[in-house]
Amino acid sequence: MEFSVNHPILFVMVGILIAVVLMQSVYFLVRAVKRAKELKMDKKVISKTISSAAIFTIAPAVAILVGVATLSKSLGIAVPWLRLSIIGSLSYETIAANSALEALKLNTATQITNASDFVTVLSVMTVGIAVGLIFVPFLTKKIQGGIKSIEKRDKKWGEIFSNAMFLGMISAFLGYVFCDVSGAFNGDFTGLIPVCVMAVSAFVMAICGILAMKVKHMGWMNDYALPISLICGMAAAIPIDSWLR
Amino acid sequence: MKKNNLTYLDSVHRDGRIWGIAICLLILLFPVAVCIIFKAVPNWNAFLSGALAVMPMYWAVGIVEMFTYIPMLGAGGAYLSVVTGNISNLKLPCALDAMERANVKSSSEEGEIISTIAISVSSIVTTVIIIVGVILLAPLTPVLESEILTPAFEQMLPALFGGLAVVFVSKNAKLSIAPIILMLALFIFVPALNKDTVGIMVPVGVVFTLIVARIMYKKGII
Repeated sequence: MEFSVNHPILFVMVGILIAVVLMQSVYFLVRAVKRAKELKMDKKVISKTISSAAIFTIAPAVAILVGVATLSKSLGIAVPWLRLSIIGSLSYETIAANSALEALKLNTATQITNASDFVTVLSVMTVGIAVGLIFVPFLTKKIQGGIKSIEKRDKKWGEIFSNAMFLGMISAFLGYVFCDVSGAFNGDFTGLIPVCVMAVSAFVMAICGILAMKVKHMGWMNDYALPISLICGMAAAIPIDSWLR
Repeated sequence: MKKNNLTYLDSVHRDGRIWGIAICLLILLFPVAVCIIFKAVPNWNAFLSGALAVMPMYWAVGIVEMFTYIPMLGAGGAYLSVVTGNISNLKLPCALDAMERANVKSSSEEGEIISTIAISVSSIVTTVIIIVGVILLAPLTPVLESEILTPAFEQMLPALFGGLAVVFVSKNAKLSIAPIILMLALFIFVPALNKDTVGIMVPVGVVFTLIVARIMYKKGII
């Protein structure tokens, strides 16, 4: 079969794989909603969780689409579509593809023309991040069991334990926002762009919280505060970038 | 409630393993299928060179991430997230926000349900948006890659974690001081730490915060 990065057979295989992953998501969603009904959980909470998660996902999903567009120049559309719809993160797939392309003395702007180079890049992208995929099915129950036993021994510590994990993760990302600020001392203010964007997003989130609490009929805002702050932060990045760059 | 002598959580683990192993095999076999169909073999030297450039870091981070992300995501969320990807920039914030608003803990059954619903909806929406985007990729590419919109996409993480931080830091003000100071100091003064290495620092931040939390809890500060 003659090779092309956009060969229809690639789209068929990728389509099947994505359909299987989509079925997994639908299966777990239906199971969880059914269980929520059995536990008589508030229907409003469930429907708000669904609508808020859907709205929140739109902006990051469009950002992921940028990755598909970037990688499609060298790898065609099918493989970036697969890798970024499932498994990989935006940053990982770009780095892994670049590493393999560099090893082949190619780059992301040139389309791959032979099957050998194509499977080389695809194989690197696949094995480079396969660790979670291989081990999570075997380790999740054990790790969850460990957390449960901590909570059984001391409920209050169990709650603090969860909060500490969330804060640890958030603090790492807050640190990253400031990673280039020292450039400002040398006249390079681009490192302040993420700091300003974060400040805008935090401010909008705080305003949403205050409005939801204090203003009548604005309680709904609490459910959509994160997507609102995310979109406002991303939108603010456009003028902030042109101001500080 | 038990079904076939299995609790809901047990059945999530059973189904998660079956789905996870099946999808893992499909994904790992995809490059093999491409090799067979096009009668091609990888360039092994380039494969080794490319794999060695990414595997040491991403496998090490991946192993540590399993121990930090799984307790936060819940069982169903973990099985789904590892397959659908984009955990730290999409699935985990989405699940954390949903659990926070529903006022449930990830380790409770209600938390498990909310996290699973949020992550599965997020996965479905992402997949649908990318399908639509792929169909319309030719007309969309100039828009997606326009100079005007590029800063917005580049600054997604600061925009995401700015909002999320307000929620979690305001509710855990005392506990958040030490890890934020540590991470700010590390990221500002260690040049090697940047966007590409933030994944390594998540487990560091989590372990450090757990130690601080334990000390504060024992001393009755929190």
